[in-house]
Amino acid sequence: MSGTEEARDALEARLKAYEGRPAATAGAGRDPVNAPMIRHWCEAIGDTNPAYTGPDAIAPPTMLQAWTMGGLGGHAGRAPAYEELLALLDEAGCTAVVATDCEQEYVRPLRPGDEITFDTVIESVSDRKTTKLGTGHFVTTRTVVRVAGEPAGVHRFRILKYAPARREPGPSGRQERRPRPVINRDNAGFWEGVRRHRLLIQRCTACGTLRFPWLPGCASCGAQEWDTVQACGDGTVYSYVVMHHPPFPAFSPPFAVGLIELAEGVRIVSDVVGVPYDKVRIGMSVRLEFRRYDEELVLPVFQGTAA
Amino acid sequence: MRAGDELAPLEVAITRTLIVAGAVASRDYQDVHHDPEAARAKGSPDIFMNILTTNGLVGRFITDHFGPTAVLRRVAIRLGVPNRPGDTMVLRGTVEEVDGDTAVVRVTGENGIGRHVTGTVTVTVPVLVPVPGTGEEAR
Repeated sequence: MSGTEEARDALEARLKAYEGRPAATAGAGRDPVNAPMIRHWCEAIGDTNPAYTGPDAIAPPTMLQAWTMGGLGGHAGRAPAYEELLALLDEAGCTAVVATDCEQEYVRPLRPGDEITFDTVIESVSDRKTTKLGTGHFVTTRTVVRVAGEPAGVHRFRILKYAPARREPGPSGRQERRPRPVINRDNAGFWEGVRRHRLLIQRCTACGTLRFPWLPGCASCGAQEWDTVQACGDGTVYSYVVMHHPPFPAFSPPFAVGLIELAEGVRIVSDVVGVPYDKVRIGMSVRLEFRRYDEELVLPVFQGTAA
Repeated sequence: MRAGDELAPLEVAITRTLIVAGAVASRDYQDVHHDPEAARAKGSPDIFMNILTTNGLVGRFITDHFGPTAVLRRVAIRLGVPNRPGDTMVLRGTVEEVDGDTAVVRVTGENGIGRHVTGTVTVTVPVLVPVPGTGEEAR
């Protein structure tokens, strides 16, 4: 199993732990069911049903969720577990949200004057799903709306929390490709190693000093003879930057670029992958892996292992 | 009211006003439902209708057809493509099953870019039943 899959499984296990936990406990409607809000709703929807006006008016049953909404005042009664779940998804890059399903059962009509309370449970959190919008997780909640302690309706709601799909391909009309490495006589051996999924470090055969990146001569003793040592693949983040601007084709900022100190002691600049850009830290352990970016380009990158 | 009956389609012009009025009437202040710039920043070319408004339109479609005595029991919808300003959505419904005075109606809403909503609505329509021998009708 690759590190990426392990990280994904770990996230999914953390997400699943929220199933069955409360999303809102003893929430209360901001206002009692009332005629003005009913009228505003009917005007917006264009609903002229006489059942929603007059002395015996009921609220349109499909308003059920509206009575639970916090509005600009925020979500009073939202439980910490739900906030945590949403924050965890945000951290995983699933920053966008869209509602996908709404299932409502109406037990009894709501009438002006009714004061509603509600309890919401996180019913399920899906595995990672890829949709047209992007990749993310469906979160389903179930809310029981009560009046005077008696159920008036049940509202099941599903949202997709997702990382927006990478947008438009470049001006060429197709996905832009990463820049090609410049390969010359001095570094050809390095790229040949990468092609075979080996990260090769040069070693001076005169004094034994390791050097990276590849150079024609030893900076320590000046000798020109060398051989290679294969990196074991372990490293740590020696330093890093987060690239925000300007955006380059084939890159989606923000992303972290690490200066990785290999276990052998030399340093290499490369992508830190598998952890959100803002979770990369100096000293973080990383592990070499080779990623294929297109049919001809393979690059050594470093999989972060979050503490 | 029989299985297979089709409801008269309801055409809904998706105006900016409808989207914003629906969002505010349902107390949904998510910026993607009223602020075009914010919607663009989140990858949508314009604002789009919130699910609560769609839910309300589906309910209205059913009660418009069955009349003010109809009682909605259950509305279950799934969204597909968004309803964006300038589009028109056509709601269509077919009675799928009837059990006594209760019907299950299958609803779809198509707009210019595809299917915005699919769903089922369970609705009870009290029928006037003649009471034998009285010359009167009872509900």
